[in-house]
Amino acid sequence: MKITQGKINELLNESACEHNHNKESKGKNKSCTQQAQPGAAQGGCAFDGAMIALVPITDVAHLVHGPIACAGNSWGSRGSLSSDAKLYKMGFTTDLNENDVIFGGEKRLYKAILEVQQRYQPAAVFVYSTCVTALIGDDLDAICQKAAEKTGIPVVPVNSPGFIGSKNLGNRVGGESLLEYVIGSAEPEFTTPYDINLIGEYNIAGELWGVLPLFEKLGIRVLAKITGDAKYQEICTAHRAKLNVMICSKALINMARKMEERYGIPYVEESFYGVEDMNRCLRNIAAKFGDPELQERVEQLIIEETANLDRALAPYRARLNGKRVVLYTGGVKSWSIISAAKDLGMEVVATSTKKSTEEDKARIRELLGADGIMMEKGNAQELLRVIEQTKADMLIAGGRNQYTALKARIPFLDINQERHHPYAGYVGMIEMAKELEEALYSPVWAQVRQPAPWEQAEQSLVEVL
Amino acid sequence: MATIVNPKKAVAVNPLKQSQPLGAALAFLGLKGLMPLFHGSQGCTAFAKVMLVRHFREAIPLSTTAMTEVTTILGGEDNVEQAILTLVEKSKPEMIGLCTTGLTETRGDDMEGILRTIRQRNPQLDGLPIIFASTPDFRGALQDGYAAAVESMVKTVPRSEQVKPEQITVLMGSAFTPGDTEEIKEMVKAFGLEPIVVPDHSTSLDGHLSDSYSAVTTGGTSYTQLCDVGRSRFTLALGESMRNAAAILQERFGTPYKVMNQVTGLSAVDNLMQLLANLSEMKVPESYRHQRCQLQDAMLDTHFFFGRKRVALALEPDLLASVVAFLQSMGAEIQAAVTTTKSPLLEKLPIPSVTLGDLEDLEQLAIGADLLIANSNGARVSRKLNIPLYRMGMPIFDRVGNGLFTKVGYRGTMRVLFDIGNLFLEQEEKNATH
Repeated sequence: MKITQGKINELLNESACEHNHNKESKGKNKSCTQQAQPGAAQGGCAFDGAMIALVPITDVAHLVHGPIACAGNSWGSRGSLSSDAKLYKMGFTTDLNENDVIFGGEKRLYKAILEVQQRYQPAAVFVYSTCVTALIGDDLDAICQKAAEKTGIPVVPVNSPGFIGSKNLGNRVGGESLLEYVIGSAEPEFTTPYDINLIGEYNIAGELWGVLPLFEKLGIRVLAKITGDAKYQEICTAHRAKLNVMICSKALINMARKMEERYGIPYVEESFYGVEDMNRCLRNIAAKFGDPELQERVEQLIIEETANLDRALAPYRARLNGKRVVLYTGGVKSWSIISAAKDLGMEVVATSTKKSTEEDKARIRELLGADGIMMEKGNAQELLRVIEQTKADMLIAGGRNQYTALKARIPFLDINQERHHPYAGYVGMIEMAKELEEALYSPVWAQVRQPAPWEQAEQSLVEVL
Repeated sequence: MATIVNPKKAVAVNPLKQSQPLGAALAFLGLKGLMPLFHGSQGCTAFAKVMLVRHFREAIPLSTTAMTEVTTILGGEDNVEQAILTLVEKSKPEMIGLCTTGLTETRGDDMEGILRTIRQRNPQLDGLPIIFASTPDFRGALQDGYAAAVESMVKTVPRSEQVKPEQITVLMGSAFTPGDTEEIKEMVKAFGLEPIVVPDHSTSLDGHLSDSYSAVTTGGTSYTQLCDVGRSRFTLALGESMRNAAAILQERFGTPYKVMNQVTGLSAVDNLMQLLANLSEMKVPESYRHQRCQLQDAMLDTHFFFGRKRVALALEPDLLASVVAFLQSMGAEIQAAVTTTKSPLLEKLPIPSVTLGDLEDLEQLAIGADLLIANSNGARVSRKLNIPLYRMGMPIFDRVGNGLFTKVGYRGTMRVLFDIGNLFLEQEEKNATH
């Protein structure tokens, strides 16, 4: 699959993405199509996004065709966990040198794929192009095809040079490769009437493992996980699912929409964060299947789970009640985490809406209440200003803002992909409550805010004078 | 004399090497009030930033010209200009550290020309130093990019007159931590000398709490200090990769220099002490004489555990050479050495061979060793081969305190001795109980 400007525009203007609704109206959110600003841009590139979406497939060798920066500075740093294969954690790269740049990197790439196959026997090789190999015109698709014929295993090209756009676009590019080369290439051993795919859940910190037992209890089978803790083979069979469940992400919405077109699989968009959202997710899935017995089982499960959860959360709720939080994260999480915080009795006093759609924003408005602040733009300074203005007790944000908060002596909880704790599902709520309580009540805050004794003495001396 | 082995393989598996721009960024982060700027795609900056943040556990200023496919083909002039103007408006840097990436080097942007045009068009930038280094990703490694950035720093320094007799320049190579820099500064000052350290991470990446927020580096060598480098009477270059920068200073200002790659280990630190004593015409201070006695004692206490131990190393050349010499001075043997990039040090290493390779090579060469020394990515090899890992180099993301970790001087040497000694001791205890 070549990545042409036409293809990029198609992905940027994905019709199922609400960023692209109301095209002409003023309300249109441009975050899908806007270009990174020199000197101001902060995020990752399309290559980063493609890796985020696909690296969680555990038995695949992910081979980066480019100079050392792309893989050398990033491999092994992603937080997706595996219950079995560990191959995805390894960094493979062609590590192009000057000669390759001048004479082309195709020969090296072909040999690299063969070497990887011989030494590591992967279920498949995913090959990622980068800015330099796109610029010198290496024909990724042709090399992958030739290598697939030679090795007898699938070799999947992912045309993801960083300079085509943002991380978000890269997610979709990754999704396109799955649609084009993987999904529908094999049949499942058996099917059930209750087969679903989970799309856009990457098993960060093992989140999936807090949710899969729920589906199992309900008699719903997860046919393919796209892509957290997935094996290559299960994704091949994803076209036989009866329902696609999109999790917390518009990132792979192109997959959901195209699978509906191609295979007639309907999709729902859900979140695993917070009791309300988890309940809604299970109810919506059951409703889609239209099976009253399943719906009955869901209600029963919700009663059990929430009762257990209420008992487990009671001590934390008492300690978290009324605490004021500023939330700084993107898209769906901007409201799903508000809902989770409210479940714990916390008050979200401000949140970012930078990457949110109009629909996200409407939900945020509903959840925040009248005094809540919606931050359209944000940088570290702005964030600190809002925290001070709202007298917030803590910041919940991505790892990038961790030091913004800590340096200002403000408690912090990491909510993004580098985090180490799973917050999804009912069990995730307990984990989140624990972490919030630990962060807020750590004895270090009083100490680091305490001036040195001589500073106090010097200060009063100044006041006397 | 070591043979340099270059494995003939088309794929790097679990790379040890990082890119030149990352090294340049690291060097730039040791200058005060500076904003590093990568001329490349936004991902180049994002990846480097994530790695530096994970290693130092600090907010890291790093920005991008955000090149796209179209701007790459048309040439990056507008993006470089827009990035600089935006940074000046939003972050108010005192200096900008600009470097290229694989993308813009492949395109072949004429950076000198671009900067000249931007300066002509924007006279308001006249007072703003822009230090530029060419650092293609497809050549060299972190250590080379770091050296390139330091070389451009000392080229940027304006000419200056009179020598200050008490002032010396210390060039700190990429093998040293902020804690190392702090220790070296203390040593130099103890002899009544005034060091100007380039770059100085001891106040920028050491991790300290301050009261105000800053979008640019909060500590490091100031531009005023940098301008004063021409007046130093001597350059002490720590790390072989700093040799070119020292030579540039000699050429420009006639400043004599000495390159010392090693400041860990008794005789290495002795040499530094003697050099400082000669330069200052002062006696070695009592506190260091005492530390020296402590180190001698520590060497006696620990030599039981080091003798004949086989160690496998995966480190950048400067650090590799220093660690090889230190381990051998304690009676340990080097079973394997893997490194990232060429260096004149490599063939002089007193070991049979050194491999320009990756952690897959280390995994094969380290079988049967008693200890591994590598960055955090070596943990996988450590688990697989069941050999303990001592973490050095970059990135170290599964240990805290990397900024202040100190391995230089008598005290730093003791720290390393005790750390590694304890690992050996633990192994012996384990083996004894089996």
